[in-house]
Amino acid sequence: MAKELWKGNEAIAEAALRAGVEAYFGYPITPQTELLEYMAREIPKYPGRVFLQAESELAAVNMVYGAACAGVRVLSSSSSPGISLMTEGLSYIAGTEVPAVLVDIMRGGPGLGNIMPSQGDYFQMTKSLGHGDFHPIVLAPSTVQEAVDLTYGAFELAETYRTVVVILADGAIGQMMEPVVMPPARPVMTEEERADWALRGAKDRERRILTSLHMNAEGLERMNLGLQSKLARIQRNELRWQETMTDDAEVLMVAFGTAGRICSSVVQSARRAGLKVGLLRPISLWPFPEQRLLELAERVQQILVVEMNAGQMVLDVKAAVAGRAPVHFYGRLGGVVPLPDEISQQIDKLVSQPAGAGYKTGASNGFGHATVVPAGDARAEGRI
Amino acid sequence: MQLEIVISGFGGQGALFAGQLLAYAGMDNDKHVTWIPSYGPEMRGGTANCTVVVSDDPIGSPLVRQPAAVIALNLPSVDKYEGLVKPGGLLIYNSSLVERPVYRSDLRVIAVPANDISQEETSAVTGDAGDPRLANVVMLGALVQATDVLPLEAIEAALAAHLPQRHMRWLEPNRIALRRGAALATPETA
Repeated sequence: MAKELWKGNEAIAEAALRAGVEAYFGYPITPQTELLEYMAREIPKYPGRVFLQAESELAAVNMVYGAACAGVRVLSSSSSPGISLMTEGLSYIAGTEVPAVLVDIMRGGPGLGNIMPSQGDYFQMTKSLGHGDFHPIVLAPSTVQEAVDLTYGAFELAETYRTVVVILADGAIGQMMEPVVMPPARPVMTEEERADWALRGAKDRERRILTSLHMNAEGLERMNLGLQSKLARIQRNELRWQETMTDDAEVLMVAFGTAGRICSSVVQSARRAGLKVGLLRPISLWPFPEQRLLELAERVQQILVVEMNAGQMVLDVKAAVAGRAPVHFYGRLGGVVPLPDEISQQIDKLVSQPAGAGYKTGASNGFGHATVVPAGDARAEGRI
Repeated sequence: MQLEIVISGFGGQGALFAGQLLAYAGMDNDKHVTWIPSYGPEMRGGTANCTVVVSDDPIGSPLVRQPAAVIALNLPSVDKYEGLVKPGGLLIYNSSLVERPVYRSDLRVIAVPANDISQEETSAVTGDAGDPRLANVVMLGALVQATDVLPLEAIEAALAAHLPQRHMRWLEPNRIALRRGAALATPETA
């Protein structure tokens, strides 16, 4: 297959179409809007598939809920503030245990924030996408190709576990163009292939009930225990991550998505300087590759977590490594993208002092070890 | 080999499209490429820029603090990027619109009267006074000639493949504009 140059947002939309998505409901918001625009233009070319721009994200997510209950492959997408509006419906979808795929092209927050790339939704996606005890599967691409591949596979994953799958990217992945090899187009599923729980009309069969309402406490506990056992299965089966030069690494970086690919540049320059630096890039953020991190923590001297937030994934890293290695944090906020040179400076600081010397538990801000953002950085003016 | 290029100008000058041409040409010549735009609340007459990375190896960061080369289509772009170009790097500026000298002495600097060249070439097509629509491609010609990033023919092929259909009558003028820009630059090795 020939490579084509695709913008991230449009590539994700095309990948979903090729995966046989039958319905898209959404509401425009930068830096995600090209995804919705692409769907608005392309879906009408496929008879029987549906595009609808809802009146709000709240309406869109409930349309997703309805379509999911009908056993239809369904997608929505938004960016951070829009995702917040959807969380009630996402909890209902999780409680009803129906499959849906959601794309979050993160922007700076909190509040209306700005439209620049950010990773500030990590907590929300992995811990708290709605009320009640559930986690969606959260997949974080670092290239446009990976965004395509993860989106293409997300629908089957959602259907296998009857769960919400989130593609968690940011404005940089959404807006940038990279060469992509598109997967082959699949036809939409046939009536025979529809799930045996789907609500398609009960003529000549027993009625089916899909609900997240269980008034009886014991009944709801049973439902929750079932849900938890499903989540445990996901934790066993669906871990994904990528390692770069971890075999002999003395300093291990941990970063996902855009921060992850930037750290891969840091690995290359560090190795050229003779520093044994490696990278673990979690691709599944929930489930989180904690066992692998623990193994690596046993043999590295220091860990540096880099995020485009105030320190969110770093808490999962700390929990995973359980004190086996000191964990440091470097983050940029508000839509500022950390560049390789400033991350390299953090590495230099770590290796220029005895192992662990820079690890002061008392310096925690509760989110990890906050690094003060340098003042007067030219990029804060918005080069990207 | 990895080259990072920033192309910057007023919205409407074609900075983003020039970057896309470079990315398409790189991809079609088996390079790894990334193209990432500034995407603030942009508007015609505001500023627009993109960063293109062309590399023989997979690209980590699509953004750099110090690009190896900058195409500055207007004065605000020279003001913004002159200080950021990597030492020994390349600064190509649009001398039709920028009258001030470049202060840094550690750069390769190429002055390209891109609007004037565009005006001549568009005028030859339309018969009127012409316009600056080809300035971005003139500048791109100078960049490609001044670096060994890609052959000029690769950009020509990208133009033929990716110029919007409604602009196809401008394909040949674009080719001429590319060549005229290239003629103002000397290869790195010369």
